[in-house]
Amino acid sequence: MEKVITAKDLTKKFGDFTAVDRINFDVQKGEIFGFLGANGAGKTTAMRMLCGLLLPTSGQATVAGFDVYKQNEQIKQNIGYMSQKFSLYEDLTITENIRFYGGIYGLSNDRIKEKTAQLIKQLHLEGQEKTLVKALPLGWKQKLAFSIAIVHEPAIVFLDEPTGGVDPITRREFWGLIYEASARGITIFVTTHYMDEAEYCNRVSIMVDGRIDALDTPANLKKDYSADSMDEVFLHLARKAVRTGD
Amino acid sequence: MKPVVVENIVQKYRIKKTVVDALKGISFTVEKGELFGIIGPDGAGKTSLFRILTTLLLAESGNAWVDGFDVVKDYKEIRNRIGYMPGKFSLYQDLSVQENLEFFATIFNTSIEENYDLIKDIYQQIEPFKDRKAGALSGGMKQKLALCCALIHKPSVLFLDEPTTGVDAVSRKEFWEMLHRLKEQGITILVSTAYMDEASLCDRVALIQKGEILSINTPDGIIGQFEKPLWAIKAKEMYPLMNAIKDDPEVESCYPFGQYHHVVFKTQENSKQKLENIARAGHYTNVEIEAIKPNIEDCFMALMED
Repeated sequence: MEKVITAKDLTKKFGDFTAVDRINFDVQKGEIFGFLGANGAGKTTAMRMLCGLLLPTSGQATVAGFDVYKQNEQIKQNIGYMSQKFSLYEDLTITENIRFYGGIYGLSNDRIKEKTAQLIKQLHLEGQEKTLVKALPLGWKQKLAFSIAIVHEPAIVFLDEPTGGVDPITRREFWGLIYEASARGITIFVTTHYMDEAEYCNRVSIMVDGRIDALDTPANLKKDYSADSMDEVFLHLARKAVRTGD
Repeated sequence: MKPVVVENIVQKYRIKKTVVDALKGISFTVEKGELFGIIGPDGAGKTSLFRILTTLLLAESGNAWVDGFDVVKDYKEIRNRIGYMPGKFSLYQDLSVQENLEFFATIFNTSIEENYDLIKDIYQQIEPFKDRKAGALSGGMKQKLALCCALIHKPSVLFLDEPTTGVDAVSRKEFWEMLHRLKEQGITILVSTAYMDEASLCDRVALIQKGEILSINTPDGIIGQFEKPLWAIKAKEMYPLMNAIKDDPEVESCYPFGQYHHVVFKTQENSKQKLENIARAGHYTNVEIEAIKPNIEDCFMALMED
């Protein structure tokens, strides 16, 4: 299997505070990998290192075959990123957002046109091409944001709490898009506070106080901790945390 | 009179020429000492409802009473009696933890000492940081401080608007444990959330979507309303399996639920066999099928489809 992410003893210190403490894991091509942890466990710091936005203090990591120390620009070009807090420009229209991100990722004009037509059709947004993003319901925004995050067909897409607050049907439509992208070979790296969503992942890791304390398929984790749900597994591990806060 | 009575409340917002119906005539009552959940996604109308009941917004039409007082005529009385924790953190960021608490106690003509027993459990968790500015607290601590400030005058009804949004699973669990302890002290609590799994922690819930109440019942009662048999199926090839099930004309609904897909058929005869046939036709591997009890999300989605 092709590895899209490798991390070996990856560590980040801020002064004498160790935010991420020697984490080790690999993510396979096309895998849906859940990255869980309580607030303050170090998820965001780890994710920023993997996205090429923050240099590690020690350890090694590669993303899409590029080194996080030396090739962070290549990493940025070969990944997609979406979070609930920041994704689309609210005061641009749907097509303007697609055009903007397509341009940023270096797609040709023809390719952008082709992608725009394809996304509008796939998301059933026909007739709404000129609608401002701020006028869209939250669920549509999230689906559009995800589709735009993979407009350049990246090797991997990072989703930082992508689905808060939407109704359960919309949430499932969103996961439908994730499955579809994963079936096309795009690797999905996702953080979420919904423990039931952890069960959609092929494998999940759980961070506690900067370390990865558990990493396996949801089924094996539930077996190992004699738990009925991922929620129970998570509570069991996260309650050991010494650190508090964001 | 019951602590909260809502009769046919309508709320609309006008943005230029478009009219948005935030609440389309909703009615319900809350019993004394009840922990009542308003469960629904963003945009369902939860915050509009809370703002109307806390006298911060005038409804377009309809009536509502809190603790026996009319939300329009008696707004001053209501404001003295209720506690309100808005969804957005609304304490003074540049005052310390203790200063915020003292401020709210003074506003309500009371003191921290007078009602300390009510907040003691919660306040002790943030007391080590009592000199820290509220703006510098972590999310979980902000939430605890906001709850203390909403409780300091011993309110008869407590309104909590999405207190657990964006909070991790551990803090969410602790927060609900705090609510259950408050309920034991006789406080009526209205809490809203977009997390469907929190419904089971309430005495009764109203499921709300697009300004309408889909159902009001106890959590078990809501689940009892789901009449059709529900099947869970998993296989190694989850995504193609889902598409195959959805394409079958006999299938009413198929939704992914983590490691399983939940499936309902239009007619119930031989429904397990029908599912087995779909799995066999697609040559899926490691197939497991079992009959399961629906959860609140299953029910919410079924009600959304009606």
